[in-house]
Amino acid sequence: MNGVGATDIFWWVVLPYVAMTVFVVGHVWRWRYDRFGWDCYSTELLEHRLLKWGAPLFHYGAFAAILGHVMGVLVPISFTQALGIPEEVYRWFSAVGGALAAVVVVVGIAILASRRMLVSRVRATTAKIDYVALVLLLIIVITGVIPTIWLNLLGPGYNYRLTVAPWFRGLFTGSPDVEAMVSAPAVYQIHATAAWVLWAVWPFSRLVHAWSFPLWYLWRPFVVYRSRGIIMPPEPGTAGRRWRKIGGPA
Amino acid sequence: MRVMAQVAMVMNLDKCIGCHTCSVTCKQVWTNRPGLEYVYFNNVETKPGVGYPRRYEDQRQWRGGWKLDRKGRLTLKAGGRLRRLLQMYYNPDLPSIDDYGEPWTYDYRTVIDAPLGTVNPSAHSISTLTGEDMRIRWGSNFDDDLAGGPEHAPDDPDLEGLQERVRMEFEQVFMFYLPRICEHCLNPSCVASCPSGAMYKREEDGIVLVDQNRCRGWRFCVSGCPYKKVYFNYKTGKAEKCTFCFPRIESGQPTICSETCVGRLRYLGLLLYDADAVLAAASTPDPQDLYEAQLSVFLDPEDPHVRAEAARSGIADDWIEAARRSPVHALAVRHRVALPLHPEFRTLPMVWYIPPLSPVADVAHAEGYDPADPDRVFAAIDALRVPVEYLANLFTAGKAETVRLVLRRLAAVRAVMRDVQLGRDPGEEVPRSVGMSPDDIDDLYRLLAIAKYEDRYVIPQVHAEEAGALTAQHQQLFCSLDGEGGPGMGGQGYPPPAGRAAAGEPPMFQGQDGRLHANLLGWDGTGDPSRLFPDAQGEAT
Ligand code: HEM
Ligand code: SF4
Ligand code: SF4
Repeated sequence: MNGVGATDIFWWVVLPYVAMTVFVVGHVWRWRYDRFGWDCYSTELLEHRLLKWGAPLFHYGAFAAILGHVMGVLVPISFTQALGIPEEVYRWFSAVGGALAAVVVVVGIAILASRRMLVSRVRATTAKIDYVALVLLLIIVITGVIPTIWLNLLGPGYNYRLTVAPWFRGLFTGSPDVEAMVSAPAVYQIHATAAWVLWAVWPFSRLVHAWSFPLWYLWRPFVVYRSRGIIMPPEPGTAGRRWRKIGGPA
Repeated sequence: MRVMAQVAMVMNLDKCIGCHTCSVTCKQVWTNRPGLEYVYFNNVETKPGVGYPRRYEDQRQWRGGWKLDRKGRLTLKAGGRLRRLLQMYYNPDLPSIDDYGEPWTYDYRTVIDAPLGTVNPSAHSISTLTGEDMRIRWGSNFDDDLAGGPEHAPDDPDLEGLQERVRMEFEQVFMFYLPRICEHCLNPSCVASCPSGAMYKREEDGIVLVDQNRCRGWRFCVSGCPYKKVYFNYKTGKAEKCTFCFPRIESGQPTICSETCVGRLRYLGLLLYDADAVLAAASTPDPQDLYEAQLSVFLDPEDPHVRAEAARSGIADDWIEAARRSPVHALAVRHRVALPLHPEFRTLPMVWYIPPLSPVADVAHAEGYDPADPDRVFAAIDALRVPVEYLANLFTAGKAETVRLVLRRLAAVRAVMRDVQLGRDPGEEVPRSVGMSPDDIDDLYRLLAIAKYEDRYVIPQVHAEEAGALTAQHQQLFCSLDGEGGPGMGGQGYPPPAGRAAAGEPPMFQGQDGRLHANLLGWDGTGDPSRLFPDAQGEAT
């Protein structure tokens, strides 16, 4: 292996750290300056026949995929081996489970994406950032599904847990294994890069709605009473430009 | 006992002429913005008719409001909390924009710019949603004044059980108008449906509001409200609803719809109620008992004990005084002539309706009676089934007896006052026959017939002495409603539909004097204002 170039450093070290920073700072900014825009921007009022299938399939598929990533990328191979799970069993489990999730996600996002582009009512309420997020999600899903089904379920298999995963975990311990990532197949490289860009886009898109899952609805009282209190009006001129602090005196 | 104050409204339906002034003024103030074109916080529907959105009253279809579960406990009709969270990604009970009517405008330009001599240039309809040409199929008032009656009116959910009869006796057609706003319910199912906790009922005056900075657009309040009075702004992704014009109420002014009502049929005032009694009242097993149960939560402000309790609960003296003079308390609780709309939804709605006598009088007329003859009207109230049972489906979950009593009371006021006008002694028999004293009749007459502005609207100002000092400086700078996407002065009204008109330039047209003029209608206020003025070159007139 002949060393690591500057471009490799950019893609596999600089970009991830920049994305993480933008992700964190972006969320703080969005929460403090644009809580009004923190929303899932539902389009169900305008179109519900396709959404009925697309949205649940995509979301449940995405949750399964996220769970799969936690198991496959965050948990090191030594851990499952220490538990006594043979590599073969693990690979089949992840290939079958991953393929199932992949099918659900692909069908879901295909419905959502075509709806967004083809149904004129939905298109009319779509912002540029929605297209950016959607295209990134499409790239991530497609490049995630190809190896899951092609390589791991039907093909010879590729053990990303020896290359991609250590590199990813290394990012958080400050010693990313760039060489391992450079040697990974291109699908994985594209998948990882698009994912980092998505993290950077996340705080500025509707994806922030994912953090607002209202679990406390399960135990809060049904009827909420609130005192009139003092509500500071928003600063003038915040419409359109969104970089003034919301909600009261600074 | 936990005493709370509620600002409530009464509408006297006999006086509504269906002019829609209330809807228009409300729209101009609150929903004249992109994303809300299809929204009327105040709408007026013709009854019998399907309503807005279509068939909203049929809760078997929309599953709004509350129900009792098998153990008799109050739960949301749409299902439990866990189910709500599992259905986050798709709400099965949400109406579509087609149920309200897709908003549209016209391509006026083709008419305005048509060359002289064009025969009947016509403007075609354009969806304000997509900017594309569209065929108009439905809107909020397509069955106004029974338009398309035989086709649409039988779909009215309130006609259930009466349908055959009404169709057969269509010569005896009756109709009236039903103006609707949010009910600002004592037991609001919209608030209970909101997973984010963004919706709340104000402790001070019971107004139900949406916190725009907390709403995440999960859109369950829209389906949770059985009256469909929460709307989804498809541009901002937020729920919006009737605010009871709270900035006006806080300063002691009536709501816009009341202020501008041509028929002067709206009343505003306080009700004092026991907040601890609300849940039990809403859980009353038999829906036909819900009206009485609802009345039982109100407290009599004449009772010194109630006044002391109210003061202990932090209600200010001038508010308690206002509750004593409240026309709403008088009409709904004391005289019991105002009824809640669909009490069977179990939300304890706080907009009350005095049912119209006119359908009965109309039918009496069709049967050859003289509608001005009180005896005939009394007889008609007792004998007629259709209008009375229809009204009962609207206001008492089908209990016709209650509606009959209210109508008899209204007829009694007319009969007694007619005698007084003619110089005859009205006696006490007619009032007694409807369970009232002559003084009650007189009080009711004053409230219904001659109440002046300050008698119809008894609204105490908000106590915001400290808050005022804090925000005063802030508010001098700009309007408190001027939020992003908000209804304040910053709004530009509707933009021209996408791709149709160039923004910026005021559209020009050729006047009868042959000169070009700027058309201020539809100009968005940007661009080159110099075009507003005629050329200066000696053309001054
Ligand atoms: C945490 C729980 C989540 C909840 C409760 C949730 C809920 C929702 C809801 C209600 C909508 C609007 C659907 C409509 O149009 O009515 C939506 C849209 C969307 N969500 Fe989520 N979401 C969650 C997590 C996520 C995650 C993790 C992702 C991405 C990986 C995601 C991506 C999207 C996208 C892309 C859309 C737009 C779909 C479209 O094109 O219309 N969501 N979500
Ligand atoms: S009528 Fe108003 S307060 Fe009552 S449930 Fe509907 S939106 Fe809520
Ligand atoms: S303004 Fe008054 S009279 Fe006219 S429609 Fe509205 S409620 Fe009826």
